[in-house]
Amino acid sequence: MQKEKTPKKKKQKRVGKRADNREYSNIMLLFTGIFALMIGYLIFFQVSESREAINNPYNARLETFEKRVVRGNILASDGQVLAYTKVNEDGTETRYYPFDCTFSHVLGYSDYGRTGIEELGNFQLLTSNAYFAEKFINELREKKNIGDNLVTTLDVDLQTAAHDALGEQKGAVVVLEAATGNVRALVSKPDYDPGLVRSEWGRLSSSEDSILLNRAMQGLYPPGSTFKTVTLLEYLREHQFDSENYSFTCEGKVPMGNSSISCYHGTRHGVLDLPGAYARSCNGAFASMGQELHVDAFRKLAEQLLFDSDLPLALPYSKSSFRLKDSDSEALRMMTAIGQGDTLVTPMHMAMITAAVANDGVLMVPRFLDRTESYTGATVVERYPVTEYGRLISEQEAETLQEYMRAVVENGTATPLKSDVYTAAGKTGTAEYSSDKNRSHAWFAGYVTGDRPDLVVCVLVESAGSSSEYAVPVAKRIFDAYYAGE
Amino acid sequence: MVNVITELSKYAIVLFLALYTLVGFRLVRKPEEEKRAALWQQDLLLFGMHLLSNLILYLNTENEKILYFAGAQMVLFMAFLILQHVIYPKVDHLLNHNLLVLLSVGFLMLARLSFDKAERQFELAVLAAGLTFLIPWIIRRSAGKLRGYYWWYGAAGLGLLTAVLIAGKLSFGAKLAITIHGISFQPSEFVKILFVFFVAGMLYETRELRRLVIATCAAAAHVLVLVLSRDLGGALIFFVVYLVMLYTATRQPLYFLAGLLSGSGAAYLAWKLFAHVQTRVLAWSDPFSVIDKEGYQITQSLFAIGTGSWFGLGLGQGMPFKIPVVEEDFIFAAIAEECGLLFAIFLIFVYLCSFYMILNIAMCLKDAYYKLVAAGLGTLVIFQAFLSIGGVTKFIPSTGVTLPFISYGGSSLLSMFAVWAIIQGMYLKRSDEVTGNAKGKDAKKEKAEKGRKKG
Repeated sequence: MQKEKTPKKKKQKRVGKRADNREYSNIMLLFTGIFALMIGYLIFFQVSESREAINNPYNARLETFEKRVVRGNILASDGQVLAYTKVNEDGTETRYYPFDCTFSHVLGYSDYGRTGIEELGNFQLLTSNAYFAEKFINELREKKNIGDNLVTTLDVDLQTAAHDALGEQKGAVVVLEAATGNVRALVSKPDYDPGLVRSEWGRLSSSEDSILLNRAMQGLYPPGSTFKTVTLLEYLREHQFDSENYSFTCEGKVPMGNSSISCYHGTRHGVLDLPGAYARSCNGAFASMGQELHVDAFRKLAEQLLFDSDLPLALPYSKSSFRLKDSDSEALRMMTAIGQGDTLVTPMHMAMITAAVANDGVLMVPRFLDRTESYTGATVVERYPVTEYGRLISEQEAETLQEYMRAVVENGTATPLKSDVYTAAGKTGTAEYSSDKNRSHAWFAGYVTGDRPDLVVCVLVESAGSSSEYAVPVAKRIFDAYYAGE
Repeated sequence: MVNVITELSKYAIVLFLALYTLVGFRLVRKPEEEKRAALWQQDLLLFGMHLLSNLILYLNTENEKILYFAGAQMVLFMAFLILQHVIYPKVDHLLNHNLLVLLSVGFLMLARLSFDKAERQFELAVLAAGLTFLIPWIIRRSAGKLRGYYWWYGAAGLGLLTAVLIAGKLSFGAKLAITIHGISFQPSEFVKILFVFFVAGMLYETRELRRLVIATCAAAAHVLVLVLSRDLGGALIFFVVYLVMLYTATRQPLYFLAGLLSGSGAAYLAWKLFAHVQTRVLAWSDPFSVIDKEGYQITQSLFAIGTGSWFGLGLGQGMPFKIPVVEEDFIFAAIAEECGLLFAIFLIFVYLCSFYMILNIAMCLKDAYYKLVAAGLGTLVIFQAFLSIGGVTKFIPSTGVTLPFISYGGSSLLSMFAVWAIIQGMYLKRSDEVTGNAKGKDAKKEKAEKGRKKG
């Protein structure tokens, strides 16, 4: 309230009156306080919460943004344009994707419904942070403003390498930077041209190959031998002091109930220590481990590694599942230990587990968007922070797994990845998904260290066959491209 | 060209309302003469905003009816101001200005949302202004006699609320209204006023414990009946109004705190026990997790406010119909969406300014009874505005309360007009106290004065 300059006498009188009315002043103060809080909340909501809140598919108002703003560009991390909108002479707009099919699933489309980054960043792309004066003049002239640019973490070279390496095969590739979570490439095949979705909708949506499904994030596959990393970690936890004494003699197969589990191509690995069993991916060794593991602890570990949990992902994904129970049969335990059984995983999740191993146990939240800029690039509207999700396994465990994974490349199933330029590590896998043993998925989940930041690569090739024949070469081309582009 | 006008006007109406509230706050505590001298400023801003906002609405909707309607409102506003000036020259004209600003914004939004409802609201406003016109005179003349009948007010109020509980029809999960001869009205809107007079009559002269206990029990009975009718907003208003009046009457902060504590306890119990309370709390604490059902309304409201941003999408340019019950309880979201959050915040300031004016009247009055009535009515208005705005913006759980003078609804409008008229009556009372006139005498004197003026 205002204070006025008054003669002293009057002032004293006022004080007396105020004391009489203290309760009324207090009530005024109380409501002033409550309203100050509410108005403060409204300003806070508008400044820092509203962007996230209103960027919601339930907000029909976003559709009207298109009437006021020309959709902004999506850029690769180095500034190459991945998607842009051209205003035609008749005022209609066309969305172009200069790389055609290469970025299909991760970019998504915006022409006929919306998916991928087009959906994730819809609000930013349809919001203009051009200079106020420019926008004001545009509004007066009834001209559309130009939407902001979205800079992604994607790398054109790596994406192209992954896309080309998969070739005509069905499957998925995820490439992550271990220390930041930056998604450098994300490929799902079969792919499509995002610019042609409207005209080809009939073919795309009815295809038996589920062309529109983003296999990298939503495809659930049996993990096969890549799951031996989890089994190995559980074994190490249960045998902290005697894992060095481990020895297994592989005869090519182990009995399981009335049948048996055999090693790939029936190979006899002979006498193996633990690193040898992992490097050579001996099914017999890991199936026998599965017989004696504590199921509850095993499941707890799987949960720690985010099976059956929500993943910190901004794009739609499927939840991986690990279903083994104490009451399950011995056969199921053995199958689960070698990555068969009921376990299902997405390539993205497998990449995240591998990224945590490469990053000394700490998982970084996979990051698709780097920043939003005004269309001229003059102002950065928003930077999306690098965020740590948390520690999945201890640093020591991560270092041990790193050694085991390196041995796979040195003298195991992934020797083609040996290189003078970089050091690769990882785990191969062959996942059977039907009774036809010749039709199986090929996996590789690994990473590369060297002069450049650690790069995680997860490859899945559907119904291809042996991992080393199909998935490992894909990983090799990506690693090579990464170090060639130095 | 049209675009240039609408774009520029969008900013202009925010500016007008901002200046209007500024003048209002500056004058709250100024002496009478100074207030009077500044009245023209608010007149200008008020009518400027009214004309400009209706012009934008017309240009954006191209509905000619908007122009006629805006003209009709001008006539109503002018008539109201002039009649008040002539018949009650000593009322608080600033308070009347606030009433007109709120009305104007209400008509504007209703005309944008549903022209039929706007017309109906206008008719009701004319009726309400007429019906309540004599109230200041009655209060000034005979309030002394009215204060004795407080038992009647309590009994009538409680009776009406109970009638709603028994015979009311359910809408949006609560029993609020009774329909008689096809006319539906909400008794609780009027019982609020009776309740203030009841409590004031109970508490103004004595602070003996027995009386406090009886008054508290009677207040609790009001609240309980409302809770049973599932009118949570109404129950909260009665509760807070009683607490404030109890505190100002007894000067015991402890009573206030004890009341708050027991109220919180009761709210916690209600949350534990009743599914409909849990629903509202859930819709408030995490509306996006239940966006399909319980959270639908509040999330749509947040979309409207957030998308409208600081300066709004422009009148007629948003999608307020996506918000359920937008003409009534959620009208604040539509205002924020199309006129902008800044405009909406200045509108909040209009309520706050009115509250200061009313409490200021309470502080200037000497008669303990009127002081209590003014405090009660002031609290009634400001707390109702708080519940409505807070609920719409997810600051607090939504309780389904109308926004005074703005939301569509005859009962709410009429009762708010009545509150304003009673307060103006007390403002006249206050100037009588200042000039030292006794209750009955001055009325005669004024009549004589008026006669002289007319002659």
